[in-house]
Amino acid sequence: MPTIEVQSLFKEYSGRRVLKDVSFEVQNGEVFVLVGPNGAGKTTLLRILDLLEEPTSGTVLFDGSPVDYSAKDKTAVRKRIGMVFQRTALFNMSAFDNIAYGLRVRGEGEASIRQSVGAMLELVRLRGFERKNALTLSGGEAQRVALAQALVTKPELLLLDEPTANLDPRSASIVEEVLSRINREDGTTIIMTTHNMLQAEGLAHRVAVLNEGKVEGIGRFQAVFGTSPGPIRDFARLENVFHGVSRISPEGTSIVDIGDGLRIEAAFRRAGYVMLHVPPEDIILSTQPLLSSARNAFEGEIVQITDLGPLVKLKVRAQKDFVAQITKRSFKDMRLNIGSRVFVTFKASSVRTD
Amino acid sequence: MIENAFLEEIFNITLLSLRVSGMAVLIGASIGIPIGAALGFRQFRGKQALMRIIDIMMKSIINTFMGLPPVLVGLSVYLLLTASGPLGPLRLIYTPTAMIMTQLIMVVPIIIGVTMSAVGSVEKAIRDRALSLGATDRQAAWTVLREARMGVLTSVIVAFGAAISEVGGIMITGGNIRWVTRTLTTAIVVETELGNFDLALSLGAILLAIAFIINLALTIIQLRGTKR
Repeated sequence: MPTIEVQSLFKEYSGRRVLKDVSFEVQNGEVFVLVGPNGAGKTTLLRILDLLEEPTSGTVLFDGSPVDYSAKDKTAVRKRIGMVFQRTALFNMSAFDNIAYGLRVRGEGEASIRQSVGAMLELVRLRGFERKNALTLSGGEAQRVALAQALVTKPELLLLDEPTANLDPRSASIVEEVLSRINREDGTTIIMTTHNMLQAEGLAHRVAVLNEGKVEGIGRFQAVFGTSPGPIRDFARLENVFHGVSRISPEGTSIVDIGDGLRIEAAFRRAGYVMLHVPPEDIILSTQPLLSSARNAFEGEIVQITDLGPLVKLKVRAQKDFVAQITKRSFKDMRLNIGSRVFVTFKASSVRTD
Repeated sequence: MIENAFLEEIFNITLLSLRVSGMAVLIGASIGIPIGAALGFRQFRGKQALMRIIDIMMKSIINTFMGLPPVLVGLSVYLLLTASGPLGPLRLIYTPTAMIMTQLIMVVPIIIGVTMSAVGSVEKAIRDRALSLGATDRQAAWTVLREARMGVLTSVIVAFGAAISEVGGIMITGGNIRWVTRTLTTAIVVETELGNFDLALSLGAILLAIAFIINLALTIIQLRGTKR
């Protein structure tokens, strides 16, 4: 284990197709990253690989032998796989007992458990947390416990669903560091999903783009996201960078689903996975909805104000964060403050892509 | 001497109350918790339309039984155990055993109902996580039950609270015989009727104290539960 072969996998929930003919192979020791908008089927795919769900049709082979999803006891295969879920659901017990869980259900001795759990706490940098109840931990700490919990049994395959989403930067970087370390040192095969393109680029040996249940691209990061990695990398440092899957509208513009229910209309014509950038100076802020021809308008709340001398930079949270620049004078005229409800408006022609 | 006998009787009454209700809850828990847990686990299975209808019916029936009028239970048990009843030859009528049976019928639905909703409210993610970490179905079920432990404990305490303050049922099946089947609640009834208000009030105070201890325990458990 584990060369993983996924062969024309289909999954339906009460008539709705979540996965449509998904096929790919993951080599032993590979880090394979799935990217794609919310609802693309990434989580379902991971749950099928973890044997928590049964595919409607299709085959998954671990090391050449097909997984028997109808088997009554799936623990033998599951025991070789670790999974970290997006929404951490730790057990109502101490951090130590949470991490020890996988070893205890395998019937390991307490002495070796103590040693293994200690090493894991060290790895995720949570020494001294062993006696804390897991439910009192912060989001980042909890996710690191969840990672240690999955890793303590030395799985050959590690599945992770958005492991760093909504984590504090320190926890996120610890998680990333642990992932690349166990892949490098233990040769653990990793299949993970992420929204974070920098993370995908940094960790993945190969990426696959999943959209509406279909694989739309597969290969090395640069091969999938364009041969000019420069602009993408520059984009990533800028504000107002979004990514998602684009669809051509009847008018010939592109409608990009950037997740969280937001769609951005762009004047360019391009389908598939795109990165977007909206220059902060092109964003118009108003306290009332604007009656204009601008195609993109979102209502949000001011969460950050930065004084730049004659200009003021505002961060507006409208599901996603938008950064806008306005003059100090209009800032005062509009009587804006943290928490003010405002409208973010920009033209389709202001939306740039690489 | 009189003082001593008086205290001795109060002690006897209190002990019998605790014994009858304690036994009823102990037996009730050993029946109710497994059934409640099994019913609670049903939420983890697929939800087909038929299953959902069965679920709704079952829950309504359990909820009805949770509010079963004690007098009605007492009457049923009486008819069962009375000399001419089907279980008459066992000669159990007017014994503490008959009272335990009466309270048992009342506490089992309470324990089932509360345990069921406690187990049912454990997130599906907990079971997924246990399975994902290599637990067998049985081990995962145990883990879910463990997560619901506060609720399960609550069911037991609530059941005990209901049992110890119940009067109608055990009055009928126990007969309120002095030194034999007289409990705090039945004694209060009879002493009030006799005009022995000092005794009735003393017994009432003891009952209140027990109720307070039960609620104190429940509150502490709930506070610990909400620390998450």
